[in-house]
Amino acid sequence: MTALPRTDAPLPAIETRPAPRRLTILTVVTILAIAFGLYMALGYAGTDVEQGNVQRIFYIHMPSFFGAFFAFGAAVIGGIQYLRTRQDKWDTLALAGIEVGLALSLVNLVTGMIWARPIWNTWWTWDPRLTSAAIMVLTYAAYLMLRNGIENPERQKRFAAVYGILAFSTVIITLVIIRIRPDTIHPAVIGPSPQNAQGTFELQATAGVGAALGINFIVWSILVPWTLVWHRVRLENFTQRINALKARLLDT
Amino acid sequence: MTTSFLQTVLAIVHKDVRAELRSRELVGSMALFALLSILIFSFALELNRIAREEAVGGILWVTVAFASILGLNRSLAMERDQGNLDAMLLAPISRAAIFCGKLVGNLVFALVVGLLLLPLMTLLYNRPVLQPWLLAALLLGALGFSTVGTLLATMTVQTRARETLLPIVMLPVALPVLLSAVRLTTSVLAGGAQEDWLSWLQILAVVDVIYLVLCFVLFEHVIEE
Repeated sequence: MTALPRTDAPLPAIETRPAPRRLTILTVVTILAIAFGLYMALGYAGTDVEQGNVQRIFYIHMPSFFGAFFAFGAAVIGGIQYLRTRQDKWDTLALAGIEVGLALSLVNLVTGMIWARPIWNTWWTWDPRLTSAAIMVLTYAAYLMLRNGIENPERQKRFAAVYGILAFSTVIITLVIIRIRPDTIHPAVIGPSPQNAQGTFELQATAGVGAALGINFIVWSILVPWTLVWHRVRLENFTQRINALKARLLDT
Repeated sequence: MTTSFLQTVLAIVHKDVRAELRSRELVGSMALFALLSILIFSFALELNRIAREEAVGGILWVTVAFASILGLNRSLAMERDQGNLDAMLLAPISRAAIFCGKLVGNLVFALVVGLLLLPLMTLLYNRPVLQPWLLAALLLGALGFSTVGTLLATMTVQTRARETLLPIVMLPVALPVLLSAVRLTTSVLAGGAQEDWLSWLQILAVVDVIYLVLCFVLFEHVIEE
């Protein structure tokens, strides 16, 4: 990203320049699925008796967290594989996973805030899960800072892999914190909610909620991160090739 | 390979402690910072005695965390600036031993500062901070900070931003340690039943073990050149 690669290094292999057919299909499917998911969330699912229409934001709120979870998980796999094999493609996967995960966890935070305003009567509260989710975002922002602070490209990838693996601990904390801190007001979706959770709802209580959640979970947790990571990996490959070409041009 | 793992670790610790005894650079600045920090917290919460007494656990751990960061930065920067790290890498010793040596050294310094803090906080905040279970908490908490800190400081001294980067990358990762240590300290001080807070001690110990294994494995990737 920073230093230009060595000029005698072989050029990174280029992908087919019009996007590969599978990626095009996946992109189209994802866009259609987002539309369908929105229809399920905004139209099909019944209105929550207690919370009204605001509850519908939940169909994107929770799945986007799991999308971030899977993207960060991909970054861990990329990091481990990079340290083992030292192939650049794994580092590219890790970087793509973290950037996509960061975007999705911001979606998660913002939708949560919009929901909390009418339900908890505040945009932000220092609830354990909110705090740990915010810290999770900051950890991955720190990852990008660390990455940009290293000039040596080989060392940059190595350190990024190490930090990407360590940073996943904040994701796990965010996931389990409502089970170990009983004073949270954040509702749990699977299993019983904490005692003082505010704004809980039953999956079975309203018609269509389960179906809408299932569809949106597939869309936001799997399809969206998958598509975005793929595009980001392609973009990074192009960037690296351009850098290599530039270095070669400057050399001659 | 004549030197054993343990000998190597002890030699590195010995070197660090001796250098520290001669220069008094690290523990001196860490202790002064810690003292200043609890005084500033005391002033900042002056208006509300109850808030101050309830915040003791948090103040203790924030101070330990920041003092550790200060010490870790110095400790690893010294290794790098004086070419020590390269020399250790040239020596026929395992990288894991280097990690353990630096970790034990940093842990010792953090513990010295922590042990200084406990009686001081007992005096200044009028809470019984100096008690056996909290000593155990201090040991485990300092171990957690030193473990992630040693790994991350070794990384950050090799970057452009150096000292500024360590708190940014370390504090979020050290959060599980901080969370369980503060929780444990607060409930011990509140005089809760043992079964209530013993689980926090266990969580703290588990987090420590996880980080120890992770950092031990990852360290060799951080110093190869």
